[in-house]
Amino acid sequence: MTKKPVQFQLNGDQKATFVDDGQNLLDVLRRGVGDLTPKFGCAQGTCGTCTVLIDGQPHMSCLTLAETVEGKSVTTTAGLENGAELHPLQKAFMEQFAAQCGYCTPGMLMAAKALLDTNPNPTREEVVEAISGNICRCTGYEAIINAILSVAGNSPQRYGVR
Amino acid sequence: MAITVETHDRLDDAARALASDQNARFHGGGTLVMRTVNEGDEPFSKLVLTRDPAYREIRSSGGSVVLGAGVTMSAILANRELSFLHPVARSVGGPAIRSAATVGGNLFAEAPYGDFTTALLALGASVEIAGSGGQSSIDDWLRDRDRNRNRLVRAVSLDRVSDDRSFRFRKISRVKPKGVSILSIAAYLPGSGSRITGARIAFGNMAEKPVRSSGAERALDGQSINEQVAEAAAAAALDGLNPVSDAIASEWYRREVAGVHLKRLLIEG
Amino acid sequence: MPVEFRKDIFSEERDDNLNEIGQPTQRQDALGHVTGRSPYYDDHLFDNLHHMRCKRSPHHHARIRSIDISAAERMPGVRRILLGKDVPNNLNTLLSLLDFGIDDEPLIADKKVSYIGEPVAAVIAETDRQARDAVAKIRVDWEVLPHVLDVEEAVRSDAPTVNDVYPDNVFVYHGSYDHQKLRYGDVDAAFAQADHVVEGRYQMSPIEQAPTETCGAIAAPETNDRFVCYTSTQALFFSLGTAAKLLNVQSNRLHFIGGTVGGGFGGKVDSLHEPMAILGCMVTGKPCKFMFDREEEMQVGAPRGAERWYVKDGVMNDGRIVARKFTGYFDSGAYTRLSSYAIIKCVGHLPGPYTIPNVYADVYCVFTNRTPATAMRGFGITGVDFAIEAHMDKVAETVGIDPVELRILNAYRDGDMKAHRRLAKNTALIECCQVAAEKSGWRISDQARQASSLRDGGGDRAQLPPHTVTDQNGRVEGFEGTGYAGGNKGGMPSPMEQYQTIPATPAAQPAPQPSQTAAPANRPAAQPSQPPASSVPPPPPPATSPDADQLRDRTRHSRRFSSISGLRRR
Repeated sequence: MTKKPVQFQLNGDQKATFVDDGQNLLDVLRRGVGDLTPKFGCAQGTCGTCTVLIDGQPHMSCLTLAETVEGKSVTTTAGLENGAELHPLQKAFMEQFAAQCGYCTPGMLMAAKALLDTNPNPTREEVVEAISGNICRCTGYEAIINAILSVAGNSPQRYGVR
Repeated sequence: MAITVETHDRLDDAARALASDQNARFHGGGTLVMRTVNEGDEPFSKLVLTRDPAYREIRSSGGSVVLGAGVTMSAILANRELSFLHPVARSVGGPAIRSAATVGGNLFAEAPYGDFTTALLALGASVEIAGSGGQSSIDDWLRDRDRNRNRLVRAVSLDRVSDDRSFRFRKISRVKPKGVSILSIAAYLPGSGSRITGARIAFGNMAEKPVRSSGAERALDGQSINEQVAEAAAAAALDGLNPVSDAIASEWYRREVAGVHLKRLLIEG
Repeated sequence: MPVEFRKDIFSEERDDNLNEIGQPTQRQDALGHVTGRSPYYDDHLFDNLHHMRCKRSPHHHARIRSIDISAAERMPGVRRILLGKDVPNNLNTLLSLLDFGIDDEPLIADKKVSYIGEPVAAVIAETDRQARDAVAKIRVDWEVLPHVLDVEEAVRSDAPTVNDVYPDNVFVYHGSYDHQKLRYGDVDAAFAQADHVVEGRYQMSPIEQAPTETCGAIAAPETNDRFVCYTSTQALFFSLGTAAKLLNVQSNRLHFIGGTVGGGFGGKVDSLHEPMAILGCMVTGKPCKFMFDREEEMQVGAPRGAERWYVKDGVMNDGRIVARKFTGYFDSGAYTRLSSYAIIKCVGHLPGPYTIPNVYADVYCVFTNRTPATAMRGFGITGVDFAIEAHMDKVAETVGIDPVELRILNAYRDGDMKAHRRLAKNTALIECCQVAAEKSGWRISDQARQASSLRDGGGDRAQLPPHTVTDQNGRVEGFEGTGYAGGNKGGMPSPMEQYQTIPATPAAQPAPQPSQTAAPANRPAAQPSQPPASSVPPPPPPATSPDADQLRDRTRHSRRFSSISGLRRR
């Protein structure tokens, strides 16, 4: 099978790897470059747990043809922390019980970050819309929405746009 | 079957590559085609892509707008001039799907997807084929959709709707705030302030692909909307329609609720 | 909405000044979750990880005439294709570890399939894609058989046999009956005296747990001839024991690592993935992953089973329920898995949280050509509670009593005798009803508001019924009351034969309701998976062999669980 070289930025670091024709980005992130934070849930674009940001926009990495991220910038949950310090969204999710089994959490965090990066003061409705492509089967939506809202509406310093 | 991926700088080259190989499929945003690739044993062996900026261009001139087939739902939502299409674009997936899903891909989406195409059908859009493929009405293009699979759609053009009341769209799903659609309805009602002339009512998921409801259109033409007219349109809505049964809803259920939702769309806007 | 604690209720029964209980605490796994570092089974990277995909049945019910894997074997990247014959001990029932039930399910089907999605072959390839492409090349010659999808159709005598181990399509309880019984008092006498008899039929469909992380396992060779298995299981030791049995290896050769589960809700106890992944690892010598994709999770993953209930209540004009009779059907799907146990649990719960002096239940565990059912959040209870509470509303309407007051009137109270013959304690239904009524602005009478679960229970209500009517309905022949499910596979003598506690006496006037007697003579007899017990007198196993230790273990288990003990076909 043909291998193609692909280079992209992952959480600020330059990555170079080889991908198979037809391989999706989720697989390349997890197996190719070892970032295990985006999860596999469906490979159909229905669950959202593989959500990553590509050039700041949320994408389902399972539906993203890996070679299309050539030269682009990919952000995952692994890129949220600032050194030893948690991102405010991570802190809020942790303190407000917004993660039960934790499997949807990386996708939820990326969907929330995509929202707050462009709309730091969303309404509750906008938060609900922003995570409408992400399924939490433990059905902890209320806690997740509240955690996102608790970060929103705060100063940019608190939110720490990076 | 192993897959090969070909990416072309120019749209016309991509169109030629697609047309020359029956085992090729075009990759627009990937939301449909990658799902098939992930499942393996796909019925095609080549993916064709293009990097051509023209493919992703939104152009408006005068009262009309041209959407490159590679324009994403997110790009439509970010464009203020396309506000009449915002409710439609927002109904497609969550944000992560919308930043990939394209206008062109939606044209090929099979039930239960394709809500954007339902709107394009009501709006009487025309479909522009790359190369020397020319242009056809969306009605004709949808009719021949299976034969169009290897003809690359370059763009879709349509008249801009200025009067908010004359274009209405609703997607009905069981999951809130959104889920896969039970059905979607798009209604183009020119002159809806007084008497309607040339109504176009399109249903998504009431057949294998988006379809117009000639029964509802006849009931609305020459009328102004009131309870009675909406009732008549709802009663006639299913003439000639053959809704599908799937995991989302049965044919029976779709038949039962289609008229109800059409009536609400007409009365409540 | 914030949680409101009503600590005024039962305050004297509780110490609210504890250091941990009642205090907010940080979950120990939260940091791993929000950083994406919690180690789910798929978060372990291996060089040369092989991938397994199954060829699955497209039919509800079909005999396998032949399987042609030759084209698939030639596909790129394919390392091995497993069939049923490659599984060392290809017959199991999950609860055999609790000595409950007969082995009735192959890991990989080799004779026939009984539900859509049942696996008949497993491809092991270098990539997931290659495994999928190869699966598409496997050709199976199917002989499609008639199928049955409805529980009541399945128990009719003309229904096709779903599972050859249970030819009448019903699980056999205690080696004696085709259903689980509850008999408490005399319902028929009470119905005759009741002012109203209220009947209802209720049913609920299967529910897929749909965890976001699909079920799966990765196995890899470890040092000392062991295998490590990372798994999504919710029942680690259950899966360990099941894998050891199916693969016929000592459990100390298996090193199971789990505990981080991406949503389970009961759907990750079936222990199918671990033995498959380990077997894949054994035959290739390479790390092997077996995971459901989303479609498999939805179609093949075992759901909460469907249930159908008939409920009949005898009610007095003042709202007192004097008798309640149940006929229930659990849809187990094609194999037993956990439905047999769900019914034991269910029958212990009847008639719900109410004190009713006469209770009767016949509950059937029915095999149909549907996906096998398994655990899910309160299974065995949830479905019948829906039926009971819907029926309570129907009773309230029939008798003309407020539905909340009807519940308070009939609620069990501390000290009451329950139908499973244990005294109730810490019953709080009355208080729950009162608070629910208060919070929803539902007006109830002063009398109902002043009721208490701590008062007016016990006394006469603590007494067993003076007379309980029993019967032999649904008696079956040809099964025995105890026995380890594994039986004497591989010529291994089963010690269980010493513990056949329930003699199979001839049925005394079976008058089953609904009409369902086992009539083995009229039905195709199932092929016993082992020689008839009577022909193999169990020699005492040599004390020094490892098998003997294993067998002694089983013996102990058999005794311990004899109260719900299973059965063996003779």
